[in-house]
Amino acid sequence: MATNTAVQGRIAVRPRRSAGLWSDAFGRLRKNRLAILGLILVMLLLFVGIFGPLIAPWDYRINDLAAVAANGNRPLPPFSPNHLLGTDTLGRDLFSRLLDGARISVSVAFVVQIVILTIGVPVGALAGWFGGRLDNFLMRLTDVIYAFPDLLFIILLSVAFRETFFGKALDGLLLVFVAIGITSWVTVARLVRGQMLALKETEFVEAARAIGVSDRRIVLRHLLPNGIGPVIVAITLGIPGAILSESTLAYIGVGVQPPRASWGSLIAEGQKYVRSEPHLVVFPAICIALALIGFTFLGDGLRDALDPKLKGKQ
Amino acid sequence: MDQLTATIGASAALRPHEAANLVEVDDLKVHFPIRSGIFKTVQGTVKAVDGVTFDVRRGETLGLVGESGCGKSTIGRAMIRLREPTSGTVRFDGVDLTTLKTGALRKMRRRMQIIFQDPYGSLDPRMTVGSIVSEPIETHHLASGAAKKERVAELLGLVGLDPKYVSRYPHEFSGGQRQRIGVARALAVEPEFIVCDEPISALDVSIQAQVLNLLTDLRSRLGLTYLFVAHDLSVVKHISDRVAVMYLGKVVEIGPPDQLYAAPGHPYSRALLSAVPVPDPVSERKRKRVILKGDVPSPVNPPPGCRFHTRCWLYERLGKPENCRTIDPPLEVLSGEHRAACHYAAEALKTDVGIAHLDLSSSIRRGTPDSALALLKAGKAVEVTEAEKAAAAPAADTGAAG
Amino acid sequence: MAIEEAETGVDAPTIIEVSPEDARRATIEQSGRAIERNADKLLQVRGLSTHFFTPDGVVQAVDDVSFEVDYGETLGLVGESGCGKSVTALSVARLVPNPPGRIIAGEILFDGINVLKLSDDDMRKLRGKEIGFIFQDPLTSLNPTLTIGYQIAETIREHMGLPRKAALERVAELLAKVGIPRPKDRLNDYPFHFSGGMRQRVMIAIALACDPKLILADEPTTALDVTIQAQILELIQTLSDEFQTAVLMITHDLGIAAGMCDRVNVMYAGRIVETGTVDEMFEEPKMPYSWGLLDSLPRIDDIRGARLRTIEGMPPLLITPPDACRFAARCSYVRDVCRTDEPELNARGDSGHLARCWGTETGGWIS
Repeated sequence: MATNTAVQGRIAVRPRRSAGLWSDAFGRLRKNRLAILGLILVMLLLFVGIFGPLIAPWDYRINDLAAVAANGNRPLPPFSPNHLLGTDTLGRDLFSRLLDGARISVSVAFVVQIVILTIGVPVGALAGWFGGRLDNFLMRLTDVIYAFPDLLFIILLSVAFRETFFGKALDGLLLVFVAIGITSWVTVARLVRGQMLALKETEFVEAARAIGVSDRRIVLRHLLPNGIGPVIVAITLGIPGAILSESTLAYIGVGVQPPRASWGSLIAEGQKYVRSEPHLVVFPAICIALALIGFTFLGDGLRDALDPKLKGKQ
Repeated sequence: MDQLTATIGASAALRPHEAANLVEVDDLKVHFPIRSGIFKTVQGTVKAVDGVTFDVRRGETLGLVGESGCGKSTIGRAMIRLREPTSGTVRFDGVDLTTLKTGALRKMRRRMQIIFQDPYGSLDPRMTVGSIVSEPIETHHLASGAAKKERVAELLGLVGLDPKYVSRYPHEFSGGQRQRIGVARALAVEPEFIVCDEPISALDVSIQAQVLNLLTDLRSRLGLTYLFVAHDLSVVKHISDRVAVMYLGKVVEIGPPDQLYAAPGHPYSRALLSAVPVPDPVSERKRKRVILKGDVPSPVNPPPGCRFHTRCWLYERLGKPENCRTIDPPLEVLSGEHRAACHYAAEALKTDVGIAHLDLSSSIRRGTPDSALALLKAGKAVEVTEAEKAAAAPAADTGAAG
Repeated sequence: MAIEEAETGVDAPTIIEVSPEDARRATIEQSGRAIERNADKLLQVRGLSTHFFTPDGVVQAVDDVSFEVDYGETLGLVGESGCGKSVTALSVARLVPNPPGRIIAGEILFDGINVLKLSDDDMRKLRGKEIGFIFQDPLTSLNPTLTIGYQIAETIREHMGLPRKAALERVAELLAKVGIPRPKDRLNDYPFHFSGGMRQRVMIAIALACDPKLILADEPTTALDVTIQAQILELIQTLSDEFQTAVLMITHDLGIAAGMCDRVNVMYAGRIVETGTVDEMFEEPKMPYSWGLLDSLPRIDDIRGARLRTIEGMPPLLITPPDACRFAARCSYVRDVCRTDEPELNARGDSGHLARCWGTETGGWIS
């Protein structure tokens, strides 16, 4: 690397290793050990979530009643012959069910965020760009939704629609996605609006207007690429919340129903046996914890990488 | 490069009006309402620009100086309708900009552009230099494909940047280079008129001179008209054909810089000039200054009558005449092109206050070419012609803007 | 001759009828203060090097810098951004942020005291009592949640040991001295109640509160309008004359240096490249960078229109500075020796005028 400015052509440009801001950010991310750990956990979860059924030794619905009976009508413990992590009272293989739980969590993670983006980004962008009465109206709307007790609302929705087609679709998952999504888009909307407001006043946007660039192009070409950083971080950090919400719902019996095995419902089922067969609760709990940790570390790392000024501060 | 200048020259020939005034500003006012409370009721108004009338002639550079709150930046933006005027008109080449609809306004934007002060904020950090400079070309459908790339390379070369840096990002360049990118962007649409909003204030001293030279070179090569907004009086004098001094939203004095700087007619101009430090210790030790007390009043509640009377040294000296408190003085001719808005400009002209005279006997080093100084000493008027300018530059400083 | 002031009181503008030179002399005479000298010079800096250890490399912000400030003198540190002037001043007060910066070499003697050997606590006391600071941005230097009266009194009580009432009285006196109208009423105001110029005056009041021997002024007027700048500079000059305080004035504005300073150091790329009295420096600079700066400045008393003589190129990166004259890449008088060996800062003539340039040394090729 050159140690000094060499006059290349007419004007010297300081030689730099990196080009765009994204690659700079990625470089910073790579140096952050916790973030890499988080990334690994997330990739693991994704892999398992997508390829779960292929690697599961058992179909999660199968009841290996014979094995249970052979065990004195008690759930099998971990490291049993055919069941790596043991079974539940009905002989369903825990490992396979955990994999199914992973599928559910992954789909919650991503589908919910898509719902959030679909509602939150346009609302925030419209409010931020147009301002005035539209902004006022949309913000009051978000205030109302924000004030809602999320969990109660989700439970209400779930219970109300449980018996309908909508409630039964995808084993109850569709209801969960929509319910969680509807209550969680507010943060992203506010974030996007804030970004719009700030970026609208920047000089490069003013320059674009001076050139005569259309509003639509300004939003798409200038505002969104610049504003997307915090949104990515918010999405990543919002996933743990979604997973936890879904687990909580499953735990209290709403949302995904057995034989589908959300980690939360596994805990609910296993809590009766927590003294004698703790593995039924411990393993699902570990899974939830790892998923949460993974996304949180990754999200923190992304935040630091995309905006190094915030590092060290909370 | 020649193709670019030829195009501009050609379009100039095609223009029907060859009116002397390119831009005419007539009683322009830009007021910003201050809203507060839940219902956002209007509590007051910031009268950033409060009734300004002047012309910018084709090919000239009009300098606009003043301190913060005087409205100079707002006027610059209002003149190209980047801010909506509250009342008054802005006529560009005869066309009233204030009534134009979006489509026609966009077409008009090709003819007038702006260069911003902040080299860091005025370029989109997520766009490459090439995209930044091609955006205007794309917006106005001036070229596409290979022709567009060529144009971008030409423009970069015109401002002294190596075209091979076209895929770099703004943060890889220094402040001075970013300003050049901004200039290239402004030139991309082949404008006739450019508002330079403090284009060098944020740059280092040695870079300021480079960019200033660039702007003057481009002006003569491309036949541009500038509105040069700045707070640095020395820079403004250097580049302008006429200078307008603003205070609290109004123009208080306007005229050719040689006249205005040597014999300011408005007490504020005198105070302003006397406050500028000159890099000459001998002069600094001897200069008599006006030190204004207090701060600039708020543009929300400008003082009644003449806006400057609350800080005016002449007002005090003359025993606080009443008309300063009650009547807002209009711009009146002092001599030739030189006008000032003061009831007692004649009195101000009589005093010696605030002026820095060119001391021909001083041995302090300065940038004025020796040939010009010699002429002055011989008592001859100096017109720095092109030849002299070329002779003045030392051998190492040739050609392309550095 | 006296300074004419209209009868309406503090808010009336002042026309300075007497030349600044005479005014300053009068102030110094009238102050009747004697400077208490504990050493030959107030500030002696020798071989100071301050480096910043960043992920991109070690930035040698200040490299082997030596200079002196006499009691009561105003010394200018002039240069463009990145030349190391601010870091030099911060180093003198040991205020360089510790990661990533560190003073790695040098000796700093303040009033005879070896600053670099002091404990943190002693340094804090020295700094509070003997050094006053005026920074560029008064907004961030003042605590927005404390009243002005409290902030200034806090300093006075800490370093001068005055009881609260006496301290507040002194604060009011100081505020009056810096030209804030109705000072007693403003003791309970918060920083945001003051305008930019007023805040800077408050900073000056704080700087002078404990009667320091040295004021470090780092671009104190860069953020201010030019008429306010004139007020503030005039204030700094008057007060430093009256209190016989030395001032280390850091600025990029040669005009300010010409008006305020007795002596000037020009810095470039972490080094001092020229030093001398202000007259020597402006009349006959002995370093091409100084020439370049003076030549490139448009002036209000100048003929307009001539093309400015510029210094081409940009300053070098300080991460691995070249082992040669740092200005060589931009110098129009450069020769081979400039590119291979770095010149020393040595004398030009008999006075204290020093320059760092092969070309202007005796026997050099620049006359």
